[in-house]
Amino acid sequence: MVGFWKRFKADKIALIVSGFLGIVVISALLAPFISPYDPTVLDIGNKFAEPSTAHWFGTDQLGRDTFSRILWGGRVTVLLSIVTMMCTIGIGIILGFTAGYFRGWIDEIVMRICDIMLSFPSEVLILTMVGILGTGIVNIVIATVIAKWPWYVRMIRSIVIQFMEKNYIRFAKVSGCSIGHIVRKHVLPGAIGEIGVLATLDTGSIILNISALSFLGLGVQAPTAEWGMMLNEAKSIMITNPQNMLPPGIAIFLVVAAFNFLGDSIQEALNPQLDKSYKIKRQSIFKRKKEMA
Amino acid sequence: MKNLVEVKNIHKSYLKVGMNFSGTRIQVLNGVTFDIEEGLCVGLIGESGSGKSALSRLILGLDKPDKGQGTIHIQGQPVRQWIKKNPGKISVVFQDFASSVNPMYTIREAISEPLRASGQRGNIDAKIDELLQKVGLFLDAKDRYIHELSGGQIQRICIARAISTNPKFLVLDEAISSLDVSVQTQILDLLQQLQVEMKMTYLFIAHDLQAVSHLCNKILFLYKGEIVEELHSGQLANVQNHYAKKLLGSVIPFEI
Ligand SMILES: Nc1ncnc2c1ncn2[C@@H]1O[C@H](COP(=O)(O)OP(=O)(O)OP(=O)(O)O)[C@@H](O)[C@H]1O
Ligand SMILES: [Mg+2]
Repeated sequence: MVGFWKRFKADKIALIVSGFLGIVVISALLAPFISPYDPTVLDIGNKFAEPSTAHWFGTDQLGRDTFSRILWGGRVTVLLSIVTMMCTIGIGIILGFTAGYFRGWIDEIVMRICDIMLSFPSEVLILTMVGILGTGIVNIVIATVIAKWPWYVRMIRSIVIQFMEKNYIRFAKVSGCSIGHIVRKHVLPGAIGEIGVLATLDTGSIILNISALSFLGLGVQAPTAEWGMMLNEAKSIMITNPQNMLPPGIAIFLVVAAFNFLGDSIQEALNPQLDKSYKIKRQSIFKRKKEMA
Repeated sequence: MKNLVEVKNIHKSYLKVGMNFSGTRIQVLNGVTFDIEEGLCVGLIGESGSGKSALSRLILGLDKPDKGQGTIHIQGQPVRQWIKKNPGKISVVFQDFASSVNPMYTIREAISEPLRASGQRGNIDAKIDELLQKVGLFLDAKDRYIHELSGGQIQRICIARAISTNPKFLVLDEAISSLDVSVQTQILDLLQQLQVEMKMTYLFIAHDLQAVSHLCNKILFLYKGEIVEELHSGQLANVQNHYAKKLLGSVIPFEI
């Protein structure tokens, strides 16, 4: 891990993106204190207001302050997606590492269970789970974790196996290094980049998942703000007031993109071998885009 | 001379990854038997895919032979047991130097790993300096990463790392094959000198005869999963087996 932070800090995109995500997460946590309006209070007389100093992002079809709703919606969308992700990744790491490291009968058992779980389409599985557990946002999280973990176990197992074939791990085994040492020093640092990319990419799909289920009335209940739900509310008035789609749409886009960039940067910073000229090239493209804008 | 390693009737097959689920196995080793005497350099040659690396993984305790099919003992004990009791006393240098060292490691970390694993404490830095000198590397910056070195330099690091714990037994799986010719001779000389100096036993795996005949006291020919010929370096002229003959014949200017 030598030099990880040094390389991470040298990467401008990494800093911008992690700063942005930090702000998003903190403002989601602090939404009750910093949001200017109550996100559920209606003001029909002031519907479809243009953005102004009073209403930064304007108001929606019921006159609710869009900026406040974005802040409160981030609490549900972003924070719950992160929680869901951490649960699935946690299960994925524990079972994937166990199966990939030891192979043999443990691997067989874990893989057969995954095969059974994966033979159901995940959407159907989630809907069934919600049907059994009842509606509610917590149940959606549980259902998503149950539907997704086998997929993560598979992915992480195959990443681990790919590392176990490396000669440096063979050497460590021959020279009597402990399992803890091999996992900590060789497998985990090598795999974390790919796991991070997996996680960031899938945070996006979880955000969409939670939103979609909220739209179906299975998760977030009516007045509560949630990005996907705001987007779907805006969809019904898309023809007359298309601008209402922008705040939640842009919010989802920016957060998902930021997660992806972060995954990339982590992977690069973990690997000193990655060509520096590539990074310079990427930064110069970025600069050129800025100049053109 | 005492036997250090005894390989008896080893069979090894791998599941063939195919289109069907019938689970056909390919037999790679088919009853391999040989001994390695203490203090000798034993060469193992065979064509690509003949199972040399598979055999070396078994000897290193990284893999198991097919169930109930043969045994491998070091000093009379099963390999895995022996390795557990004697950490650092067996070591290995691989062919593919690029994947032999963790790319996130510095030279210092790479060499200190086996030292720490075998319970060495104290002044590891001084030990690293001594080892680097021994393998003919004069690097001032031990905090450099592996990718900043040349192939020959990395292979020297791998050798330094392998001999750091004073192993009794060193497996060299095509340790010089992926280096260019001038570097090959240098490394070969180094290995020869280290063997004498540190009284090590070598299993030297290669697919061409020249290096083996230069270094080894005894040569094993692996062909179709069996040892078809076992020769001492003085008697290469007495070769009987057809395949071994062909291999010998392909090395034209041959005088020992
Ligand atoms: N883990 C594995 N799974 C399936 N088949 C394997 C595995 N390892 C080796 N084999 C097969 O065993 C045979 C012998 O492989 P091995 O790597 O031991 O050859 P080798 O003699 O070292 O060749 P080379 O000179 O190219 O290194 C090959 O046919 C290979 O496909
Ligand atoms: Mg090989």
